[in-house]
Amino acid sequence: MRLISLVPTNTKINFLKFRKIAAVFSLLLCVASAGIFSAKGLNFGIDFRGGILIEIRTQGPADISKLRGTLSGLGLGEVQLQEFGQASDVLIRIERQAGGEKAQLVAVELAKKALGNEVNYRRTEFVGPKVGGELIEAGVTAVLLALGAMLVYIWFRFEWQFGVGAVVALLHDVLLTIGIFALLGLEFNLSTVAAILTIAGYSINDTVVVYDRVRENLRKYKQMPLAELLNVSINGTLSRTLLTSVTTLLALSALYFFGGEVLAGFSFAMIWGVIVGTYSSIFIAVPLLVYMKLRRTGLIVGDTDGDDAAAAGKSAN
Amino acid sequence: MVYFAKWKIILVAIVSILGLASAFPNFLSEEDAAALPGFMPSQQINLGLDLQGGSHLLLEVDVAAVLSQRREGLVDAIRDGMRGGTPRIGYRRLGIRGECVGFDLLREEDLSRARRIVRDLDTNSFDPQLETNVDGLVVTVCATVTGKREILTSAVQQSIEIVRRRIDELGTREPTIQRQGSDRILVQVPGIDDPERLKAIIGKTARMTFHLVDQTNSAAASCGAGRRRPPGTVCLPSQDEFDAANNPIMYLVKRRIMVDGENLVDAQGTFQDGQAVVSFRFDSVGARRFGTVTRQNVGQPFAIVLDKKVVSAPRINEPILGGNGIISGNFTIQTAGDLALLLRAGALPAPLTVLEERTVGAELGADSIAAGEFASVLAIVLVIVFMAAAYGLFGFMADVALILNIVLIAAVLSMLQATLTLPGIAGIVLTIGMAVDANVLIFERIREEARNGRTPISAVDAGYSRALTTIIDANITTLIAAVLLFQFGSGPIKGFAVTLAVGLLTSMFTAIMVTRMMVVLWLHRRRPKKLPL
Repeated sequence: MRLISLVPTNTKINFLKFRKIAAVFSLLLCVASAGIFSAKGLNFGIDFRGGILIEIRTQGPADISKLRGTLSGLGLGEVQLQEFGQASDVLIRIERQAGGEKAQLVAVELAKKALGNEVNYRRTEFVGPKVGGELIEAGVTAVLLALGAMLVYIWFRFEWQFGVGAVVALLHDVLLTIGIFALLGLEFNLSTVAAILTIAGYSINDTVVVYDRVRENLRKYKQMPLAELLNVSINGTLSRTLLTSVTTLLALSALYFFGGEVLAGFSFAMIWGVIVGTYSSIFIAVPLLVYMKLRRTGLIVGDTDGDDAAAAGKSAN
Repeated sequence: MVYFAKWKIILVAIVSILGLASAFPNFLSEEDAAALPGFMPSQQINLGLDLQGGSHLLLEVDVAAVLSQRREGLVDAIRDGMRGGTPRIGYRRLGIRGECVGFDLLREEDLSRARRIVRDLDTNSFDPQLETNVDGLVVTVCATVTGKREILTSAVQQSIEIVRRRIDELGTREPTIQRQGSDRILVQVPGIDDPERLKAIIGKTARMTFHLVDQTNSAAASCGAGRRRPPGTVCLPSQDEFDAANNPIMYLVKRRIMVDGENLVDAQGTFQDGQAVVSFRFDSVGARRFGTVTRQNVGQPFAIVLDKKVVSAPRINEPILGGNGIISGNFTIQTAGDLALLLRAGALPAPLTVLEERTVGAELGADSIAAGEFASVLAIVLVIVFMAAAYGLFGFMADVALILNIVLIAAVLSMLQATLTLPGIAGIVLTIGMAVDANVLIFERIREEARNGRTPISAVDAGYSRALTTIIDANITTLIAAVLLFQFGSGPIKGFAVTLAVGLLTSMFTAIMVTRMMVVLWLHRRRPKKLPL
């Protein structure tokens, strides 16, 4: 059986040659993301903004304009209706009502009364102003702590330069994810935060694999110029990087297309994150090391496990 | 020379068998799983509310209301104490002052007696719950920090108990009711079809009291802005009687409580003359008190007050001595039944506010499970085909490990009795994609070593040992993300964190132990000259 291979063996692509173009490209994307984010803002879901979400299924295709007429007559402020998955499913979003939690409850009751008993209530969610604020806080804390903890771990396992490189790549991925959500106006909710954290984990995971190779090569080829050494490391792990991205993307596409409407936003964020994360490991995280003085001697003196001996044995082969 | 210790083979075998046995009940119906013989594990994975349908409600106890009620109670207790002393303690301006209760003594020599009265009200002498400050003749009594905490804790616990009784009365199965934080209660009720009724039943304080209606003054002359109420009375609106302008009719009732709803032992929704009514029965204390009051006030109306609204105000036709009575009002069968339920379960110590609601209908839950199952199976098939195409025999071994990995995830989730949520399914699908990563890392490394001229056995050996640190480094960072998600995420997101973390750990086991075992055993058997990679 002939095996398919995504990447030809022994590639010698000069990735470092593209580092300036990649840096400019990424910088532009980051600036654009930040710009869109500050101009347009994120389409926060009710998890963060508070408000009401009702998903209904009507008998037969839903008459959205009639439903809108029914609901907008209630004086509940902004009411958004959206077809959700299929023609009979409608997602209704009602903005957060002025006043406390009681006001939200009353609005839910009013809306349900207006919609009547003919529709099937698939989902009713309401988040009061108090909880919304707490969820934002918890989400931001979780993301910041995760970034911090990963930085510390990499710093601990590698040299600080690697930690900086990995976190720059990570911030790049997170920023671009927020950017695409702002650009497309996709709903940003709790599962998006979960997706961002998972993207962070995946992106670091990808970076760590290449960094591990860089560290190994630093011990093995003491005379090789750094840029060349980084190229060798990227090429050496290229096949793995792409293969894992492909299997992950395969699984995520199954989720995106068939996992149901509720998970679609989450899987979209993840798909985007995997693509961006793979790109940033190769073109951002590793090339950044060129600009930071890596102490080769420190790595050898500080760490004398079997790798050195193995490398020496191999060069004798 | 590659070597795979016997004990490791046994370990892999034991884990696989245990995993299969623990995952097995999930493929059975609930009844069949329960019917499994005793030595077999029979626990199934818990489905989250978003998958089985149900209501998730986050409630908050109204702390301010609890404390203010407690202050009112303190005022009454101090008044009773000072009036009961011989000679009477002279005081004026007894009432609530900010967060405390205060009064002015008339004579300085009463100070020590007043202090003793307050001290006797404190139930805990080791850790005082009340603190008395004296400034000349002005005395203020405040709850201490521990006192406030104690009040809050008991209010929350009592609320949980009452909410549990009310939900149990509704006859739903397996509700979860637990305290969250200092003043919150999380209620999860699976499979409820009318969340509005659930909220209505939980949200009512349901404090019922019986008062005499003031006959000497009229409500019209005493109630409303700018009118003076006679001392010892209070104006309460009717629950369901309205005047021409659609304002509720007001009643002027005596503040003093004749009988308290606490003394009710039973209440039922029933019919009287074709009308839905609630019949009730007092305990012996309540019955005696009710008997006395009704005997003394024959011919007068009394008000049945529920949560500061008058349900009805019937006339006492004759003394009610048996402790049984009937509340009539504008009831339907359902509202009479619900009121009876609330009276049976008892009153909440303070109002509960619904902070958050997430209700999923059973139909959406079933759709989500179906979609999640399909996506998972598709993801597995895609990854399996891809791995076999990319790595041939080795890919096939990784596929076996992948399937075992999924079995193990199901087994661990069943054993931990963790809750599987919709995002949790996403976590599993993601793990399917990422689980093969460890094997990809190893196989790529083996390929590389073989290309560098190593013999198959030496290449496999080097591949596994070199890839190991990378695998651990790479997985720990994702584990960090999962742990933080679990810590800070709520409900469904926690489920995602759990499956992600469990999936990572089981995939490390299957990649490092299981595929390695298969590869090594294959090498020993075939002793190939060249690796099929």
